[in-house]
Parts: sequence; structure tokens; C-alpha cells
Amino acid sequence: MTGIGDHEAAERPNLAAPPRRRLAQRVPVGLLVPAALGLLFLVLPLAGLVIRAPWTTLPERLTEPATLTALGLSLQTATIATVVCLLLGVPLAWLLARVEFRGRRVIRALVTVPLVLPPVVCGVALLLVFGRKGLLGAWLDATFGFTLPFTTTGVIVAEAFVAMPFLVIAVEGALRGADARYEEAAATLGASRWTTFTHVTLPLVAPGVAAGAVLCWARALGEFGATITFAGNYPGITQTMPLAVYQTIESGDLDGAVVLSLILLTVSVTILAALHDRWITSA
Amino acid sequence: MGSRFVRTAVAGLTVLAMGGLVGCGKSMGTADSAPSPGPSSSAVTGTVTVFAAASLTESFTQIGKDFEAANSGSTVKFNFAGSPALATQINQGAPADVFASASPKNMQAVTDAGNGDGSPTTFVKNQLVIAVPKGNPKGIKGLADLTKAGVKVALCAEQVPCGAAASRALAAATVKITPVTLEQDVKAALSKVKLGEVDAALVYRTDAMAASTDVEGVEFPESSSAINEYPIVVLTNAPNKAGAQAFVAYVLSDRGKAVLNAAGFQAP
Repeated sequence: MTGIGDHEAAERPNLAAPPRRRLAQRVPVGLLVPAALGLLFLVLPLAGLVIRAPWTTLPERLTEPATLTALGLSLQTATIATVVCLLLGVPLAWLLARVEFRGRRVIRALVTVPLVLPPVVCGVALLLVFGRKGLLGAWLDATFGFTLPFTTTGVIVAEAFVAMPFLVIAVEGALRGADARYEEAAATLGASRWTTFTHVTLPLVAPGVAAGAVLCWARALGEFGATITFAGNYPGITQTMPLAVYQTIESGDLDGAVVLSLILLTVSVTILAALHDRWITSA
Repeated sequence: MGSRFVRTAVAGLTVLAMGGLVGCGKSMGTADSAPSPGPSSSAVTGTVTVFAAASLTESFTQIGKDFEAANSGSTVKFNFAGSPALATQINQGAPADVFASASPKNMQAVTDAGNGDGSPTTFVKNQLVIAVPKGNPKGIKGLADLTKAGVKVALCAEQVPCGAAASRALAAATVKITPVTLEQDVKAALSKVKLGEVDAALVYRTDAMAASTDVEGVEFPESSSAINEYPIVVLTNAPNKAGAQAFVAYVLSDRGKAVLNAAGFQAP
């Protein structure tokens, strides 16, 4: 207990009162029991995956081409979706945090809607706009002969749609927390708003952007509902890992589904942990 | 609004209570005789949970309503999905009374695990058609037309019965097609046609008929080499075994057959 208290106090020397005394007090049972249950609830299903895994056949299942294809597609689409979200989401967050305009609250609310919508609803909504008969999709098809459903691009669109709010919220939060006086100083020294953004604002909120990007990537990697609804399910083109897990369990291959789930779990935890150490703790 | 809700609720409760009384009366009257299978006069009470292949959605929903009408006090609940998914759920302990599969293979997964009470009965057969949007804009006349450039096709995944039937039919026709998507049950494949996202999908004749306002079914000769048999069984761990037996008997009865025939299923 005191060890943790020391550690926290050392990490945040600017806090007025070290939290040592609070931690030293007895933790109320009314909080401890539900907290322990909550932890158990979160950890037990993950433990189930590990315990239930078919360890003997694991090596051959891991190297199955179908598995590697789905994993590769997942990593590729989640990464591109994150780049798209960064390119569009960071400016959007800046707009919401730094520019006063009418209807800003409404726009902020709109940005977070995909966050609370069930992903399958996102998929239906995407179909209605970008589907072959959709508002924009029909035009795309007629003009360029190009349709998004059943393409890898469609997967990226679905992932970016559900993941972007995570990035926007994280970056906007970082911008609001950043000291605006640096930007004002840059402006008084003659920097344009663009130069200020690229040379002052962005470096200032870089850890926030990184944290948002990690959240965004993790959300994109796990995307299922919007993808299967909007982009369909075909190996190598639209079948990402979550879709492969679903198809495997639906076809009665429980062991196969467990293996795929384990891989997804390992990949996301490893990458999140690596990025966490590198980026987020510096925030 | 409030009073209307109360009235509806009271009416519902009255119906339930009456159903319960009738059920009690009947079961007391036939207490000594063994429960006879078939749509007999002995009313079934309680909820009957039926896990049925997605292609049975319309016909079983109708049969469920008829069954409830014939057995006041009973409720039939359905779980429609791809047959392998249902088999997995049952073998993982889902509290179901009846399983109706779109292929013997998925039924066997359940009976092999010891979850079938007695041997399954084949109650219908079904075969594939090519579902195309109303008016058949791409002029599809047979399987070979599905290989044309610019024709997008949805198939069921090979693990589900409609997908297995599709690959048998395509093999029989020696036609190779590259679908744009592999769906988890026949209704999902059909909905891609309804949405206009694909130009064709291989679905059961019954599904095309059920969706006749939006799609039409193009018959093709090779479907005769990919006929699916549908088995039905009462489950070993059925929470409502009497209800399960009565429901299966009802499906096999003339009234059940009439509904299935009208939906486009063939007699086994």
C-alpha cells in the first residue's frame, strides 16, 4: 500500500497532499467487494479463452493461411483507418476546440453519435449512403463504376466511421487541456494560424493525439457489426479477424474460434502495451 | 393511453388465465393416459422453444401461430439462424425444446452429442434457385450467367446448409463463380439482393417465394443435384418435453404440411 502511495506521490510531485493517508485507511468492504467482482467479471472470460484453448493443435492452427490472411487484413485495414481518422479527425478536433462558431455544441454531439450507435446500425447507415443504391453510392457507381460494399476500402470506411469519434474526443480533450498561451505567443510573433497549428499546437498535444490514435486503432481492429453489414464477408478481401471468429464459431468450430480469438487478444494487448509504455505515460 | 394499456394487459392476463385453466382441465382429464403424440385434443401449455433454420422463418412462424391457436395457453418462441450456429448453441447447453435443421449434417452434430431425444424425422426438402431483383435486370437465366463480368453474387458460407448446397449445384454445373460475400445464413444472402448490393444470390426456393415482392427466383436444372433434407427432433434436455413433442407432431401433421407446401417446400 505505502509502496503504491510513494510511487504515486513521486510521479506527481505537484499534487498538494500526497494520497498516502487516504490509501493507508481501510478500504470499505462496500467498495472492495463490488470492485473485486468487477475485476473478476472482466478477467474471467479472458481466462476462459486461455484455459479453453486447444494448446496441442495450436501451432498448426496458428499458421493456417486463412488465419494469417485474416490477421494481415485486420492489421492493414485498422492501420489505414487510423491514418484516415488522423487526417480528418485532428482538424475536426481542432475546429471544435479552438474555433467559436454557432452550432458547435450540436456538431460536437453529432461527432459522438457513432460512438453510442450499435455498430450494426452504423453498417445500415453506411449502406444507405455508400451502398450501390445509396445516396452517394448510386452516383459513385453510375459515374465511376465504383462501389464500396464488398471491397477492402469498404472495410476501411466502416472501421474509420466507428473509430473516428474516439480520436476526435481524445484530441479535443488534449487541445482543451493544452495551454493556449503558447499559441497566442506564436500569433503575436507573427505566425499564421496554420504555422501555429503545425509548429506549436500539434507538438503540444502530440501525446493526446497518440493516445487517441491508439484508442481509434483498437476500436478499428475490433470492428465487427458495421463491417459485416456494410462490407460483407469474403476471405482476403473483407473478412477481418472478428468476422473470421464469427464465421468459425457459427460453423460449429469452437476450437478454431478460440484460437482466432486468442490471436486477436494477443495482438491487441501486445501492441496496446507497447504503445502505452511509449506514448501514453508521457501524457 | 394509460387506461388502454391497462385494458390490454387485463385482457392478456385473462386470456392467459383461461388458457391455463383449460390446460389444467384437459391434463386432469387425461392424467392416466400416456401423452399421445400428434395434434390431439390434449392442450399443451407453457413455452415451447424452437431452434429452426433461417429458411424456415416464415413457415414456422405461421405454424407457431396455428399451434398456439390450437393449444391455448401455449407460446412458441423461435430462434432462427444458420443451422450450424443453432447446433453449436444447443450443444453448448442452450435451453431449447425442438431443433429443425436445414441439413442432416448439422442435425447429426446434435444427435452425436446425445442431445436428440429419439431419431430425427425428415419433414421437408428444399432446393435452390437464383434470387435476382424484381424484373431480373441482368437477365440471369442460369448458373452460367453468374460468371459474367459485372454480375455480383452473394453465396452462403460453405459451412451453412445453403452454402453447401450451392457448392454442390455449382460443381454439378461445372461452373466456378467468385462471390463478393459469404453470408452466415440464407436470409442474409437474400437481403443483399433485396438491398440491391448484389445482382444475384443462391437461396432456397422458399426464401425467394417469401420475398416475392422484391425478388424473383430463377430456377436452374442443377439444383436437383443439391436438394437439402430438413430433419426435426425433440431435444433430450427440453425444458418442455410435452410441448416439444406436440410441436413436432404438429409440424408433421396435415395442417403443418399444408403451411410448408404453401411456402414452397417439397414433401420428403
